[in-house]
Amino acid sequence: MKKLLGALLASALALGLAAGGAQAAKKTVKVVFIGPLTGGVSANGIGGRNSADLAVRLRNADPKAKYHYEMVVLDDECKPNVGVQVATKAASDPSIIAGATHYCSAVAIGTVDTYHKFGLPVIVWGAVLPDITYGNDYKEIHRVNGTMINQNDVNAKFSTGQGYKTFAVIHDTTDYGKGHLKYFSEYVAKYGGKIIGTFGVTADQQDFNAELTQIKSLNPDAIYFGGLTPIGVRIRSQMDKLGIKAQFIGTSGIVSDAFIQGLGPLAEGTLAFREGAPVDKLPGGKFFTAKYAEAGYPEGPEAYGAFAFAAMNLILDTIERVGPNRNKVTAALEHVKNVDSIVGPISFDDHGQNTVAAITKYVAQDGKWVVWEDSEYASGKRKLAK
Amino acid sequence: MDAGLLAQFVANGLMLGMMYALVAVGFTLFFGVLDVIKFSHGDVLTVGAFTGYSTYLGLKLLGAADPWLQVAAVLVVACSAMALLGALIARYLVMPLKSAPALNILLATLMLGTVLRESVRLFYPDGANPKRFPRLLPTDAVALGDFNLRLDSVLLFLGGLAVIVAIHVLVNRSKLGLAIRAVAQDEETARTMGINFTLVVLFTFALGSAAAAFAGVMNGLYYNEINFGMGLWLGVIGFSAAIVGGLGNIYGAILGGFLFAALQTVGAVALPFASAYKDVFAFAVVIAIMAWRPTGLIAEKTSERV
Repeated sequence: MKKLLGALLASALALGLAAGGAQAAKKTVKVVFIGPLTGGVSANGIGGRNSADLAVRLRNADPKAKYHYEMVVLDDECKPNVGVQVATKAASDPSIIAGATHYCSAVAIGTVDTYHKFGLPVIVWGAVLPDITYGNDYKEIHRVNGTMINQNDVNAKFSTGQGYKTFAVIHDTTDYGKGHLKYFSEYVAKYGGKIIGTFGVTADQQDFNAELTQIKSLNPDAIYFGGLTPIGVRIRSQMDKLGIKAQFIGTSGIVSDAFIQGLGPLAEGTLAFREGAPVDKLPGGKFFTAKYAEAGYPEGPEAYGAFAFAAMNLILDTIERVGPNRNKVTAALEHVKNVDSIVGPISFDDHGQNTVAAITKYVAQDGKWVVWEDSEYASGKRKLAK
Repeated sequence: MDAGLLAQFVANGLMLGMMYALVAVGFTLFFGVLDVIKFSHGDVLTVGAFTGYSTYLGLKLLGAADPWLQVAAVLVVACSAMALLGALIARYLVMPLKSAPALNILLATLMLGTVLRESVRLFYPDGANPKRFPRLLPTDAVALGDFNLRLDSVLLFLGGLAVIVAIHVLVNRSKLGLAIRAVAQDEETARTMGINFTLVVLFTFALGSAAAAFAGVMNGLYYNEINFGMGLWLGVIGFSAAIVGGLGNIYGAILGGFLFAALQTVGAVALPFASAYKDVFAFAVVIAIMAWRPTGLIAEKTSERV
């Protein structure tokens, strides 16, 4: 990790020097990327970091760009307390103009006040809790990815449509997990499903046998899990130990390669949902994938890389247009309507929330997250758990 | 609640209890011989689990694919490496501070624990991320109604039991155990009787640390995952278990370990609040027990000051 950061830094420096040598007149503008670079969900954070870095690199390579950009990278560890520290560090540095921030909802919701207080405009690239944008009137906060509301709507409709009528819910007790519980409960009732047991667990819990044994006796058709990859892996693996045959349904929090690597063959048949189309089906997906491969990052962009790229790119576009000034960038971001990006047109509503309509359904098949419609489960060749 | 379900809860609780007991036994051994509380114990467990994991990776590279051989090698390497680490900690950190106030040793080992934990995080390759611990034991399962009994869990439990029984026999039946007990009772007299005090202390620390390494590997095999922070929580729980049972008494540590696991299970299952509060419940009961029996449920025979 250290080595990689060093290499990235070195390459960024080399790039900077080369660009500096060529156009010494360009002013350097700093932007920040914040995400979880260590800890259980670090794969997502690193994918996002690489993607945002790609946006900066491409911009710096563009001779038409007015400024030379330098991306400061900070690690929030997916912990709210650490997140507030690094957010304060970034926001209190006047040379940083704007930022693409946070994958974890619990962190993002904790930092919004900090950004508002210091007036740093940010675009959230991965966290899905609705309150991050809708829980306040802060002009500084925007988000390119969707919220968990639509995700749970589609999830509940799809799951009940597959014949699952009774659900046991396991959620982590952070704002993120509680949000999933709230919206999933609302929608599952609407579509005629029933929640027969709810279990709040801590976000770093190791042993789920007590909860799962209770679930086993309730005998639900499916287990809905509102939480992130690390405990998702533990729960799925301990389900197997107890011989629970119910279908495992997750949220966007487990759509990551780390989930599949952590479980191996046990991941097979897991359902999960995420807003936005998969990278290869995005309007600018081919471009993004090609450039990402060209840049030669050792890790993949992961599920939210495209959003991180779009967020950083939108920041750079805005700075190019209005100049490196926080207030001007904040004001300009208010009026983003139908701006083209690799994740489709971006429009911010009056809370800074991008309206992403499409939710993609995923199923784990042969060690990959496959879009439901393209999977052998949809074609009837394989069957989900009953 | 039907019998199968109850059996499942009991089986889960026993597994947890065994891990806690193994950690608690270490605390109690250290306190027994030197009257010290060694707070780096949980992190020694983490280092042990990572040593075991590295051993597995090494064996895989060498092409040794037999799972039994792998389990044996993982356990032997992890336990002996941690025994050595435990002895080193005793020799160079705990013994030099022996005549200092107990609080100093507690703080010094607490800091050492942080050093160990952060070292795993920073210096182990990709150490900040959880590692997938391999399934080395057979996973055959017997299902009796709601009760699903897995062979690997049974083997792990029996392994833990064997370690505890072995420690018990060693301490209570062997000559070395006699020396340990003599040192625990009265250092001065033991020395005048010709007991090599330093050697006995080092051996005791090695023994406790090897038990922690065993618990670490057991944890990895049971949950199929290890991470750099795993020992912190297990250390706190193991310490509480040792205190509740009666610090310095091996039976107390075992009792405390299983009691804590039982409290967690009851907290998650039988009480009307979210299972996230099971630790709150378990620790609250521990506090209550400590208020009721300050020397623990089974106190040391020669009651000393704590």
